[in-house]
Amino acid sequence: MMGLLRGRLGTAAGFTLGALLLLGVAPAVLPVFSLGLLGKFLCFAIVAVGIGLAWGRGGMLTLGQGVFFGLGAYIMAMHMKLADASLFGGSGVPDFMSLYGSGEVPGWWEPFRSPVVTLLAVVLIPGLVALVLGLAVFKRRVKGAYFAILSQALAAAFAVFLIGQQATTGGSNGLSGFRSFFGFDLKDPNNKVMLYLIAAVVLLLSIALARQLMHSRFGELLVAVRDQEERVRFLGYDPATIKTVTYVVAAVLAGIAGALFVPLVGIISPADVGVIPSIAFLIGVAIGGRATLLGPVLGAVSVAAAQSALSSTFPSFWVYFQGLLFILVIGFMPGGLASLPSLIGRRGKFRTAASTPALPVAPAPASPAALLKPEEEAAMPEEARR
Amino acid sequence: MTTPTLLPDGEPRAGGLRHGRPKYLEVRGLSVSFDGFLAVDNVNLDVVQGDLRFLIGPNGAGKTTVIDAITGLVPATGSVNHTGTEILGRKVHQVARLGVGRTFQTASVFENLSVLQNLDIAAGAGRGPLRMLRRRKTVDPAVEEALEIIGLEGATGKMAGILAHGQKQWLEIGMLLVQNSDVLLLDEPIAGMSQDERGETGELLRRIAASRITVVVEHDMDFVREYATSVTVLAAGKVLSEGSVAQVQADKKVQDVYLGSSGVEAAGA
Repeated sequence: MMGLLRGRLGTAAGFTLGALLLLGVAPAVLPVFSLGLLGKFLCFAIVAVGIGLAWGRGGMLTLGQGVFFGLGAYIMAMHMKLADASLFGGSGVPDFMSLYGSGEVPGWWEPFRSPVVTLLAVVLIPGLVALVLGLAVFKRRVKGAYFAILSQALAAAFAVFLIGQQATTGGSNGLSGFRSFFGFDLKDPNNKVMLYLIAAVVLLLSIALARQLMHSRFGELLVAVRDQEERVRFLGYDPATIKTVTYVVAAVLAGIAGALFVPLVGIISPADVGVIPSIAFLIGVAIGGRATLLGPVLGAVSVAAAQSALSSTFPSFWVYFQGLLFILVIGFMPGGLASLPSLIGRRGKFRTAASTPALPVAPAPASPAALLKPEEEAAMPEEARR
Repeated sequence: MTTPTLLPDGEPRAGGLRHGRPKYLEVRGLSVSFDGFLAVDNVNLDVVQGDLRFLIGPNGAGKTTVIDAITGLVPATGSVNHTGTEILGRKVHQVARLGVGRTFQTASVFENLSVLQNLDIAAGAGRGPLRMLRRRKTVDPAVEEALEIIGLEGATGKMAGILAHGQKQWLEIGMLLVQNSDVLLLDEPIAGMSQDERGETGELLRRIAASRITVVVEHDMDFVREYATSVTVLAAGKVLSEGSVAQVQADKKVQDVYLGSSGVEAAGA
């Protein structure tokens, strides 16, 4: 069966199956409320696809994806606020601005009145920020833990900045109370289903994009950079370029996810973009299996689903559970749940091979440093055998 | 075959090619200092295409540092001219693109990638973005030829991490070949190899050096005697002597450095 799954036909079949489940079965069986919740999880999954590329394949521990998620989300929220104000208020000034500010729309909000500018900005602004940041960081050969700390500090700074701008970004309240999405009434259940469907399609497209990148020559080179960055230089490549491209792709995916999150959830606030949500993005990826294509997606969706189920029943318990899960996976299963089948398979192989000369099997890294280390025999051979 | 072959016929010899306009590597006044300590001191070195030059010397003589300096890994002063192009002061990947390739003392291949993927990456620095974003469908003819030359054609799908030590070194040499380097800088390619592997590596070096500028850092004097067409002896960061193996061994200064009248026998790793 695994062999079939690996073929081109298997890929198409898997993709069709995923599309059927997400676009056909889920809307048919789930009530609108649950569908909205699932849509939110799918947004996290889109972020996870990007993290899977950058961290799993590129070795960049991106602890600050909240920044790009937030950029996309706030851009979309600003547009929706402005559109609501024109549609319903007549004055064209978002409600909270009259409450906390001068009652005038700041100049940098104005471009986002245009739906076209907004849609472009959702993609371009996170991309450009990541490009500038990536070039600055990777050209200077900042990597490993330093890069992780830097990206996390950025997420913290971004949240602090947003909180400080009460009059223009809503401060710690964030932006909420949206009534329309590009002219569609957000109260209408049909439009809610539509939003879910958009998120599902975007997720499928981002998986397809990640798959193409992983299986291309670029993807092979990315793994080479992850494992032996210095060696790649001597082959005539600049690793900074390769890492920056990957970082930009991950940022754009996070930005798009943020923009979809806002109409689906109805609020964006600094609590959704700071350090804690940035780490939460990562946990799903680690648990699912960061170097695989679907591991991050399934991990992100199941962690988000578990969180929403458990945190309502045991509000204080969830955080501990999440932390424990993270430690267990990083410590004992650095390849994530996706490596479970091959781990079991390997154990079986050990038993049968006990009498014959043993094959050289690389030991699974089980150190705490595995977070930053290249992994993993489990996920790679699949492509390598082609 | 229309594609240029990686291995034109011929043998390396002292002084390199005698016809046409051979490529060359001209090092002048190369100095590397680490916090005031001169690891490489005003080194001059000329290697012509077709010469198989060995760089020998006691531990700490600065052999590896010379290679590091030429490839841009450590900052250096002086001049390194590769057939008319100054390469000193450029970034590592730019030097590599100018046709200067190297290997490392500890074989550094991409262990999580297959032999084929390793070679394909090495062959691909000149690929455009569109080709990079597509899947690898065919095997580059140069890669195919390199596989045959390094004797790994049966192991294309094998992960590089599980290759034998010698095979990893050969894979690195294969990567240099497909990378299209005119200048090969090999840092102790036979360290840790079995006797058979040494022989095979020596023959491999002889074949590839006939048409390239090759500098090999080596400790094993038997190996040097067998395969070198010319030798440069470094000691304490300076060039001590240069010439054929016999000339160098007869040099009094070299004998003094190696503390043995029987020549350079004591140069053990």
